[in-house]
Amino acid sequence: MWEYTDKVKDHFLNPRNAGVMDDADGVGEVGSIACGDALTFYFKLDENGKIKDATFQTFGCASAIASSSALTEIVKGLTLEEAKNVTNDDIAEYLGGLPKEKMHCSVMGREALEKAIACHLNEPEKEVDGQIVCECFGVTDNEIERVVTENKLETIEDVTSYVKAGGGCEKCHDSIQEIIDKVHGIERLPRKLPLKLNTLQKIKLIEESLEKEINPTLKKDAGYLELLDVDGNRVLVKFRGTCASCSKSDFTLKHYVESRLRELVSPDLVVEEVQL
Amino acid sequence: MKVIYLDNNATTKVAPEVLDVMLPYFSEYYGNPSSMHSFGGDVAAKIKEARVQVAKLIGAEPDEIIFTSCGTESDSSAIRAALEVAGPGKNHIMASRVEHPAIKSLYENLAKKGYRVTFVPVDGAGRLDVDYLYQYLSDDTALVSLMWANNETGVIFPIEEVSQRIKEKGIFFHTDAVQAVGKLPIDISRTGVDMLSLSGHKLHAPKGVGVLYIRKGTKFSPFMIGGHQEHGRRGGTENVASIIGLGKAAELAKQHVDANDYARIAKLRDKLETSLLERVTNSMVNGDTEHRLPNTTSIAFEYVEGEAILLMMNEHGICASSGSACTSGSLEPSHVLRAMGVPFTAAHGSIRFSLSRYSTEEEIDFVIEKMPPIIERLRELSPFWKQEAEQAKR
Ligand SMILES: Cc1ncc(COP(=O)(O)O)c(C=O)c1O
Repeated sequence: MWEYTDKVKDHFLNPRNAGVMDDADGVGEVGSIACGDALTFYFKLDENGKIKDATFQTFGCASAIASSSALTEIVKGLTLEEAKNVTNDDIAEYLGGLPKEKMHCSVMGREALEKAIACHLNEPEKEVDGQIVCECFGVTDNEIERVVTENKLETIEDVTSYVKAGGGCEKCHDSIQEIIDKVHGIERLPRKLPLKLNTLQKIKLIEESLEKEINPTLKKDAGYLELLDVDGNRVLVKFRGTCASCSKSDFTLKHYVESRLRELVSPDLVVEEVQL
Repeated sequence: MKVIYLDNNATTKVAPEVLDVMLPYFSEYYGNPSSMHSFGGDVAAKIKEARVQVAKLIGAEPDEIIFTSCGTESDSSAIRAALEVAGPGKNHIMASRVEHPAIKSLYENLAKKGYRVTFVPVDGAGRLDVDYLYQYLSDDTALVSLMWANNETGVIFPIEEVSQRIKEKGIFFHTDAVQAVGKLPIDISRTGVDMLSLSGHKLHAPKGVGVLYIRKGTKFSPFMIGGHQEHGRRGGTENVASIIGLGKAAELAKQHVDANDYARIAKLRDKLETSLLERVTNSMVNGDTEHRLPNTTSIAFEYVEGEAILLMMNEHGICASSGSACTSGSLEPSHVLRAMGVPFTAAHGSIRFSLSRYSTEEEIDFVIEKMPPIIERLRELSPFWKQEAEQAKR
């Protein structure tokens, strides 16, 4: 069972300001049923441009409902400029803290607030901010960078707790790690590699790595790699199975296969997909 | 507050009769069953008795029973032993897509080590795709492991029939019967099962004791290597009191199964299920209701989230489980419901009620009264519910 603070329990069992607002000045919707939580946030301004009233509707767990309820209380009386500065941490703090795995609920609150303000100011729907890194939950590199910086996150698990990225198929874990490293200014030292290999040893090792490591992992997605040739440091491969027709294959190749082979065999390898 | 415990597939209360037989083995009779004095020997005799009691519950011989520390250890021991003794080149293992993590995670781990793994699908009602299973058996298949009954939905797989077919092909067959034993009549001698796992705490014995049944003549390689306990098949000084407790629990379970006491439990379960479906719109049962454990029902309440439901139930002292992602800390709903193709609208809001022989009609009536307002309240909060209600009106 989660260790929720009394404040979380209170806001869950007695949510403040729940309900639809028909004459709202701004509305922000985030999340979906598939993701397991969703929030619609409404606010109304008074004549001085301060938030007079805020309400919410939430589908989700106790901490999602409590975070939404907390958000509506926090923003009341704020100007939009002030409200823009409300962070997910403010929401978590207001509730006396959230279990780490539940921090994404507070992030959802901040996102809904942001959207509602943008809606009021008639700002165009923000285009996808950056490159999608986590395909399962549709999270971009910029979003991950922001949450890592703001909350001083250190591990992939932390990132998953805050924005869900990496919580599905896990294929994006290497990319998330890169972002974390970038934020913290870490350069990963290459792993210790075996002594220099001759060509025959290299081919053998590549074959072995494909068979034992890489293909079993890819098989989860019902595809595998066939080794066609090794030409110096170029590793020529062909995708087989459903992987072949999947648009993600290019991405998988670059980030996964190459980095694995570089770790396992030699740091100079370049993987190329041969189109036959 | 009175606790209404409808989470018996998670764990059960230790039966008072079981506790009674255990207690002296913590205080008075603390001898080591391996010792060469009668103070220890008397304990060994009691363990022997427990072995007979457990064997009777599943129609086995006493020397086919080894005691372990839990269901998970039994599962791990069985799978690893089967792979160890499988011939060279036997690199393929199969299980269903709805196994408990004790099998699922182990298989995923083995896949990383290079084993070829096939997870057999189930249909929308959680029934095994038997044709798929037979179709994907191959010359290098070392082992098939299928759960007897599912912990989340209670759906029962046709283990008697399938195990015979697998055995005929000379392939090793294991079943995780943790949820089935004590709830269904089981006669292992009429099946082709080579190994079976069961766990004490699901049948009113304490936590931390399990059993691995190994059919006579089956090659075995121990997981825990040490002393000669369990004839060298599981080293380590026995968890004496728990084993004795499990013996008593097995005896009681057999009485209840033989007396068909479960018909009463099934009736209560059905009352709960029918009443909730009647009183709560947009709700449905997950899984086959025909071939199902008598004590289990998994009900999906659309457009609300399981953890929130459980915490509101908790306010009334009602204990159950959910298939929702949020309770486990993972982000995706239960792999069992997903394998069945239960839509997200329903999977996130699925609640499992599991009864025991201690469940009363009064308790069930209380739950029937408390549940509908909980769901209604959460639906009022949910942004999807209004949309759904409006669509329904049109
Ligand atoms: C089907 C199934 N298998 C295995 C286990 C694990 O048993 P134990 O908790 O004794 O390790 C459980 C218990 O949750 C179960 O339901």
